[in-house]
Amino acid sequence: MKKKIWVNIAFQVGALVLALLSTTLLLLAAGAPPFQAYAAILKGAFGSAGSLETLLITWSPLLLTTAGVLITFSAGLWNIGVEGQMAMGAIFTTWMLRLLQETSLPPALTIVLGILAGIVGGALWAGLAGALKTFGGVNEIFGGLGLNFVSTALTIYLVFGPWKRPGVGSMSGTEPFDRSLWLPTLPDTELSLWSLTLSLLALVIIIVLLRGTHFGLRLKAVGKNPKSAFLMGVPTWQYSMLAFLLCGALVGLAGAIQVTGVYHRLLPNISSGYGFLGLLVSMLVNYQAVWVAPVAFFFAAVNVGSIQLQLMYKLDSSFSGVMQSLLVLLVLLGEGARQRFLRKH
Amino acid sequence: MCKHLTRFTFLAVAAVLVLSACGGGGGSQLAPLGENLTFGMLLVGPANDHGWSQAHYEAGLYVEQNIPGATMIYLENVYSGSPAYTGTTTSQLAEQLVAQGAQLVIFNSDDMKDEATKFAQDHPDIPVIMASGDQVWQDGEAYIPMANMVNIMGRMEYGKMMAGCAAALTSQTGKIGYLGPLINDETRRLAASAYLGAKYCWTLAGNDPATLEFKVTWIGFWFNIPGFTSDPTQVADDFFNNGYDVVISGIDTTEAITEAKRLHDAGQAVWAIPYDFKGACDQAPDICLGVPYFNWGPAYLATIQAAVDGAFATDFQWLGPDWADINSPDTSAVGFVAGPALSAEDVVSLDAFIAELAGGLNLWTGPINLQDGTVYLGDGVVATDQEVWYLPQLLEGMEGQSVTE
Repeated sequence: MKKKIWVNIAFQVGALVLALLSTTLLLLAAGAPPFQAYAAILKGAFGSAGSLETLLITWSPLLLTTAGVLITFSAGLWNIGVEGQMAMGAIFTTWMLRLLQETSLPPALTIVLGILAGIVGGALWAGLAGALKTFGGVNEIFGGLGLNFVSTALTIYLVFGPWKRPGVGSMSGTEPFDRSLWLPTLPDTELSLWSLTLSLLALVIIIVLLRGTHFGLRLKAVGKNPKSAFLMGVPTWQYSMLAFLLCGALVGLAGAIQVTGVYHRLLPNISSGYGFLGLLVSMLVNYQAVWVAPVAFFFAAVNVGSIQLQLMYKLDSSFSGVMQSLLVLLVLLGEGARQRFLRKH
Repeated sequence: MCKHLTRFTFLAVAAVLVLSACGGGGGSQLAPLGENLTFGMLLVGPANDHGWSQAHYEAGLYVEQNIPGATMIYLENVYSGSPAYTGTTTSQLAEQLVAQGAQLVIFNSDDMKDEATKFAQDHPDIPVIMASGDQVWQDGEAYIPMANMVNIMGRMEYGKMMAGCAAALTSQTGKIGYLGPLINDETRRLAASAYLGAKYCWTLAGNDPATLEFKVTWIGFWFNIPGFTSDPTQVADDFFNNGYDVVISGIDTTEAITEAKRLHDAGQAVWAIPYDFKGACDQAPDICLGVPYFNWGPAYLATIQAAVDGAFATDFQWLGPDWADINSPDTSAVGFVAGPALSAEDVVSLDAFIAELAGGLNLWTGPINLQDGTVYLGDGVVATDQEVWYLPQLLEGMEGQSVTE
C-alpha cells in the first residue's frame, strides 16, 4: 500500500516535471527566456491588484463549469455539451433581463430572476442532452457536440436577428444592459463578490454532494458500473438525468454570470471556452472535487498571467492554451503510465 | 470689506464657472506624459494580418520612430469573446497594458467601442485614442463627453470610391461583388462609397448605369471566426462563380485577393481589391487592381505628441486624403495605391477620377435614393457629414442587406 502511494506520487510529480520541461522547451523555441517568462506569468497574475482582480473574475465561472462536469464525469458521462449549456444559460439570462428591464421591478430582483433563468436554461439544455442519451440512445458526446452547434447558431441568430442593436449586425453582441442591471462589484473594481461567492458555494455543495452523501455514492456507482448499480437498486437513468440537470444548472449559472457580471450583454462566443477549460481541469484533478478550487485557480492564473508573454516577448496569444493543454495531456499520459505500471507490478 | 468680499465672491464664482465649462469634456487637458513614453495598443486582429490591424501596428512603429524614447506595447486578437483571452474583457486587457507601463491606450476597432468608453470613463487621467469611433463627436448621434478621449477615423469614403472606380473600369461582366464585414454605419457608408465610385466610372466609360450590378455580402465580423461568421473565402468564391469578376474587400483580412489569385491561376479572368493596408496587393499582385488604405501614423503621431506635451484634448478627427499627394506617408490619412493588375489605360482614367475628387467632385450629391426607394438626397443636395457617417441603408441600385433581418 505504502509502495503504491509512492508510485502514485512519483508518476504525478514525473508528469508535472515533464510538463514543465516541455513548456520550457516550447518557450525556448519561441525565443523567450523560460525563467523570465515564468516570472512574467506570475507577475501578470499576481503582480497588481488589477491582475488579481482579473484572475478572480476568470476563476469564478471556471469553478462552476469544472464543478458541473465533475458531476457528469462522476456518473460516467462525457458532457461535451457544456459550452452550449453555458451559452444557453446566457441566452435565458439575457432573455429575462430584456423582458424585465423596462418594467418597474427593482433592478436587484431583475438580476436575481435573470440568474435563475440562466440556471434553468443551462439545466434544460443539459437535460436535452441527457434525454437524447437516455431515451434516444444518442451518445452524450455526439449529442453534446450537436447541441453546442445548435446553441451557437441560436446565439448568432439572436445577436444578428431579434436582439440586434438598432441598425447593426455584428459579433460584438447585443446592446449592453443598463448599469443598474450589472452584478454589483467591489468599489473601483470589476470584481463581483456575488459571482465569486455563488461559485465557491456551488463548489462546496458539489464536494459535499459527491463525497458525503448517498446521492454522491450512488452517482459514482452508476459511473463505475451502471449494470451493477442497477442490480443494487440504483435507478440508473434517473441518476444520469439528474447529473445532466445539475451540471447544466451550474454551467447555466456560469453563463448568467458572464452576462450580468462580465460582458453585460450577450455575445456569440459568450462561453469563451470556459466549458472546455472546465473539462481540462476536471481531468487534471482526476475527478477529485476537492482539488478543483486550487487547480482552477492555477489555470486562471496561467490564463491571465500569460498575457504578459505576448506583451513582453511577443508570443502568440494562443500560447497559454498550448501550455495548458500540454500540461493536461502529459498528466493524463502519466496517469495512464501509472496504471500500466501498477498492473504489471 | 463688504465690497472686497463681494468682488472676491464674484471672481470665485466666475472662476468656478469657467473651470467647469472647461471640464465638461470640451477643452480640458491632461498632464503631460513626458519623455520615454510607453503607449499601448489593442489590436482586433493579428499585427501581421496584411489589413486593418497591421495598418495600425505600423502606425505605432511610425510613432516610435518619430517620438524619441517612445515604446509601443500591444495585444493582438482582442475582440468580444476572443478565445485568446478567456473571460477577459477588452477594458481589462487595457488595464494590463497600463500595468505594463502604458500611459496612453489606443483601441483600434469598432468592436471595442463600449469597452473603450468604459475604460476612458474609469481612467479619466489616461489619454485614450479610439479609432473609428464617434463617442466624442459633439455633432454625432452617440456623443459622450470624455475629456480624455480622441476619436480618429480616415475619410475612407474617398478610397472606396477609387476602389469602386477601378473595379468598374476593369470589370468585363459589369458585376462587382463587395465582401462586407459586419453591418453598421461605417460599413454601410463604405460599401455605398464603393458603389458610388463604381457607378460614376461605369457611366463615364459609356455604359448604362442600370447595367451595373453591385452586390454586398456580409460575413458578420471584421474577419473570419470559424463557426461564427460566414467564411470569406467561400463568399468570395461564390461571387466569382456567379459572374462577379471583381470583388472589393471590406474586411480586415485578405481572403478576396487570395481566392481571386487561386481562380486566376486556374485561368479565370477575375480581380480583387483588398483593403486597409498599403502593402496588401503584395500577396497577389497579378490580380490586384489596387488598395485603398489607412495611414494612421500622422494622426497618431500628432495626437500622441500632444499627450506628451500636455496638449491632449478631446477631439473627433475625420481625416481626408492629402490631395497634393494622397500617398504621402507623413500627411495623408487615407490613400490608394493602384495595383499591378490595373491596365495602363485604366490607371490614366483612375488618375483622372482622383484628380476630379481632389478638385471638389462630391459623389455624395443628390439625387440619391436609399435602397428601399426613399429619397436620401434631393437633386443637387450635398450630404452632410452626419448624413454620410450615419447612412441608414445601402443605396438604391445596390443588392444586399442594409440591416440584419
